[in-house]
Amino acid sequence: MAFFIKEALRSVQRNSVPSFAAMASILVTVLVLGIFIPITQATTGAANEVRDKVLVNVYLKTDAKNADRDRVSALLRRDTKYVGKVEFVSRQAAYREQKKDYPEYYSELLGSNPLPDTFRVTPDSPDNALKLRDALAPLTASGQRATVDPAIDTVKNRKDDTSNILFITRVVKYAMALLAALLVLASVLLISNTIRLSLFARRREVEVMKLVGATDWFIRWPFVIEGVLLGALGGVLAVLALTVGKVAFVDPLVSDFALLRAPETMQFGVLALLLLGASVGVSAMGSGLSLRRFLKV
Amino acid sequence: MAIVERHARARNRAAAPPDRAPSVVEFAGVSKTYESGDRGLELATFTIDRGEFVFLVGQTGSGKSTIMRLLIKEHEPTSGTISVAGKDLAKIEGKGVAHYRRNLGVVFQDFKLLPNRTVYDNVAYALQVTGHKRKEIRAKVPDILRLTGLSLKLHSYPDQLSGGEQQRVAVARAFVNHPPLLLADEPTGNLDPETSIGIMQLLYRINRTGTTVIVATHDNAMVDRMRRRVIEVHQGRIVRDEHGGGYSTEDENTSEFGLLMRGEPSPQPRRLSSPGDFFDDAFRG
Repeated sequence: MAFFIKEALRSVQRNSVPSFAAMASILVTVLVLGIFIPITQATTGAANEVRDKVLVNVYLKTDAKNADRDRVSALLRRDTKYVGKVEFVSRQAAYREQKKDYPEYYSELLGSNPLPDTFRVTPDSPDNALKLRDALAPLTASGQRATVDPAIDTVKNRKDDTSNILFITRVVKYAMALLAALLVLASVLLISNTIRLSLFARRREVEVMKLVGATDWFIRWPFVIEGVLLGALGGVLAVLALTVGKVAFVDPLVSDFALLRAPETMQFGVLALLLLGASVGVSAMGSGLSLRRFLKV
Repeated sequence: MAIVERHARARNRAAAPPDRAPSVVEFAGVSKTYESGDRGLELATFTIDRGEFVFLVGQTGSGKSTIMRLLIKEHEPTSGTISVAGKDLAKIEGKGVAHYRRNLGVVFQDFKLLPNRTVYDNVAYALQVTGHKRKEIRAKVPDILRLTGLSLKLHSYPDQLSGGEQQRVAVARAFVNHPPLLLADEPTGNLDPETSIGIMQLLYRINRTGTTVIVATHDNAMVDRMRRRVIEVHQGRIVRDEHGGGYSTEDENTSEFGLLMRGEPSPQPRRLSSPGDFFDDAFRG
């Protein structure tokens, strides 16, 4: 084993230019991946967050009694499908909330409270928001919506562009996934190509080794170890650069930008380990596999 | 060695007549057709005994290199069997190929040294491959390099050496395992006549230690001077197998060569009157 490691070190030393090229391509791709993966996750997280805000508001009639309220509440909590969470906002609470946000209108213009009691219903999954609305207020033959309970005045999505939100966030998620897949593919191709080039330059060497009577694995081990070394070096450098970038630029901004806080983003340590493992694995396997072609002598 | 053993050996030697010495290389009806359809070798049959020094001569494309490639198992014969030291080459597969090659010394026209290793490491590699201990390597390599006259170039890289020196390294690498069979494909093809003599001398010395040596060459001066066994290949066929022969049966003089150049048929070939052993003369000085 010591012999193989020595051989690998010697070949890195003697082929410093191709080795450096392989190392640099690993560094760059790991760096790009290291930046892109958190961005993907943050974006997906943000999209999910937007989706979670999709609500169905059930407005009761302003003259609804307490009994009506309890009945609707029970209906929502027990008898309706797609219901995730139900939050009751009484008309007084709604009034206070609004007054706090728009003091001038509510204190000066309005004497009485025009707001109804409201149930804020979160669907079990954002995609079911529209189904939930249909369940609570099915379309009638005349094209208008009837409510399932006489006490319910109207059923509305918080914004009627719920369907837009759902569509856009889905597009964003799929686009990100596609981009990530493409980027990973590009990295693997780039690295394997670089490795293949540097091996191609040494195919005669491999040929001579075979003629002297070296077995395939005797030739292959130094190359694999070389791949591990270069992959590890490139990976470590890239992770270092990422750490510097994170500490210097991202961390100070976290308090100001919600997107950067992104709770769904994986821990930096996990990310670093993943990237390191990938770079070592890809380059070791790349050099081991690409060599196969030159071993047929 | 106990006297009894020595006696037993002597008796065995006496029992086996010299003409029944085991053959090292045996070609039996070997043909090779390349994928492109080119004929490499046609029904070649010959045997080479242990300790022989054989020249394989012929024009380029005649099939010399095909024989060499078949012997190092770079190619497989289309038909026929090749045995080396009694083993059928067709039955050697996978890892066995590497192990088989360890028992061969191979020297090429273009040296085939590892460019990023020193002379010492190039020779040592042949031993590392076979799993020799570092101690043995340290003992063996300087020895063989002294034998080939390279003790002062231990730490040079191949590109710092002359062609002759590189070929000496290649010979050292081929011989460091003391293989029973040494193959040299145009070993002097890239070298000037003076240097060539040095390389041939080296091969001859190796042959003297009991190693069978096969040299493919078109260095006619060398063949004529050494007068060893000559196997001539022409268009894939063995056309001559002669002990103590010259490069060519035809020893044309200037006027005959002139006729050949003008496209007229050359007169009857004339055998060299007295071959003589020029070889020992060549190396005495």
